Amino acid sequence: MAKTETIIKETEETTEKIIEINNLSKSFADLDVLKNLSLNLYKGENLVVLGKSGSGKSVLIKCIVSLLQPDQGTIHVLGKNVVNLNRKELAAMREKIGFLFQSGALYDSMTIKQNLEFPLQRIKKNLTKKEMNEKIEEVLENVGLTDTLHKMPSELSGGMRKRASLARTIIVDPLIMLYDEPTTGLDPVTSDGISELINEVQEKYKTSSIIITHDIECARATADRIIMLQDGEVYMEGDIDDFENSTDEMITSFFKQQVHQGQKKIKKNG
Amino acid sequence: MVKIRVPVKKIIPKLPDLSKHVIKLSEKTLKETQKANAFFLEAGNFFLFLFSATREAFSRQFEFKEFLRQCYQIGNKTLPLISVTGLIMGLVLTIQSRPVLADFGAVSMLPGMVALSIIREMGPVITALICAGKIGSGMGAELGSMKVTEQIDAMEVSATNPMRFLVVTRVLAATLMIPILVLYADALGIMGSWAGANIKGSVSFTLFISQAFRVVDFMDFLPAVIKTFFFGATIGLIGTYKGYTAGKGTESVGRAANSAVVMASLLVIIIDLIAVQVTDMLL
Ligand SMILES: Nc1ncnc2c1ncn2[C@@H]1O[C@H](COP(=O)(O)OP(=O)(O)OP(=O)(O)O)[C@@H](O)[C@H]1O
Ligand SMILES: [Mg+2]
Repeated sequence: MAKTETIIKETEETTEKIIEINNLSKSFADLDVLKNLSLNLYKGENLVVLGKSGSGKSVLIKCIVSLLQPDQGTIHVLGKNVVNLNRKELAAMREKIGFLFQSGALYDSMTIKQNLEFPLQRIKKNLTKKEMNEKIEEVLENVGLTDTLHKMPSELSGGMRKRASLARTIIVDPLIMLYDEPTTGLDPVTSDGISELINEVQEKYKTSSIIITHDIECARATADRIIMLQDGEVYMEGDIDDFENSTDEMITSFFKQQVHQGQKKIKKNG
Repeated sequence: MVKIRVPVKKIIPKLPDLSKHVIKLSEKTLKETQKANAFFLEAGNFFLFLFSATREAFSRQFEFKEFLRQCYQIGNKTLPLISVTGLIMGLVLTIQSRPVLADFGAVSMLPGMVALSIIREMGPVITALICAGKIGSGMGAELGSMKVTEQIDAMEVSATNPMRFLVVTRVLAATLMIPILVLYADALGIMGSWAGANIKGSVSFTLFISQAFRVVDFMDFLPAVIKTFFFGATIGLIGTYKGYTAGKGTESVGRAANSAVVMASLLVIIIDLIAVQVTDMLL
């Protein structure tokens, strides 16, 4: 709670828009996924995006990095319209963005170490070998995977793979982070660790992040602001309290289960 | 997809019996049109792919390490298979041709004839077909599964051009390695042939080789080597294209691998035909 207040103060001072999306529409064949969606990501904030499965959250962030071409609308990242960039400019922009894939997308044919070296060698070209190894050690420690350095992705568990790909995303210290369900499929303890890590990354590198999640605990821990997507539009926007106190049926049904868990936890503690 | 509506009934409303046939015919044509459509779409896609791969091939940053790794893998994967087939190819050709030549009293022609057919035709084509099966399917499956599990997308967002990293390196590796493998298969084929010649009667290796290369000259050799570069490029391109354009879902990985083998093998044969015609015209 205290955290939210300080960040809001900060963003009020510097309401620089890192990502500005206006009237974004995207459809596949006859399925309209995003309809006229507008949203902003301000400097240094963690924006949590909630929404039912299939509501177009992954499509939204794929449009931001131009993996999908929007049908209509503009997406400005750091002041530049992504849709109009040529390949060189696009590559330069993508170097500043970290993208955590929902499926992890670790390179199967490489060890975890090689997976982590891959973006590092291409984006941070002026690091020495020693500095790279230190960096790799550091991020693996952050996600709690120090002993998997020479393992192949197929030898890891699902949650470990997720954490390894998180490590691969944060290793290049991106300005903007796009997390697609960072805690899905993880146990509560690890989830909490990941949420903490997201906050740490935010504080340490002053990253601005979009966090897509179903996990209310993660949203509670990381969110400065929350947006709920429904039928391709922004259904509701606010901070965590707005959502928890909401009487809207959609919102309460989303929060209901997790609120109970939260209460239990509080009871145990108190 | 453009849907063509065929107003059959309006054309011949008074002939109900005939119209049935017309409907059948037009349905068939419709299907054929769609098939042709799909074919041209695929061909267009392929040329776009070829174009951007070529453009990336001439870009300044070349992924040399990945290229070497691919070369090594191509050799490593196919060497045992090609060794065995090469040897047996020579052996069998010799054993089969011997009686025919013996009938004409021309057994001394045997080494030359077998070497000629190995170097000109059997070596390149059989090696290329084996590589189409082994390497083409491997590339199709690998890139296909990378596509399905978003690894190609991941590469793209970490500011690496997947076309350059995955496609260009593999195509160039295949273009370089397949000629080398063909030469290796030729050599083993001639060894096999020597072994076959020694089953009945005995020939020393030096005599056998000198007999062989009295017939084979450089101009038999050169066109055969040139066409293997085309075989290599084709296998690499088809394999990577099929993988790179795999759809969603795991079943499309299998389909990519499968169609890579079919297309690559077919194209190898067709290119061989063209190469033979061209050589025939020029020499
Ligand atoms: N490449 C694509 N081609 C066709 N349809 C797609 C494609 N990508 C996504 N879709 C469709 O867009 C819709 C939204 O997909 P999206 O992946 O954004 O959902 P999501 O909100 O991320 O859901 P989840 O929480 O389950 O990950 C889905 O109905 C999906 O079928
Ligand atoms: Mg998703």
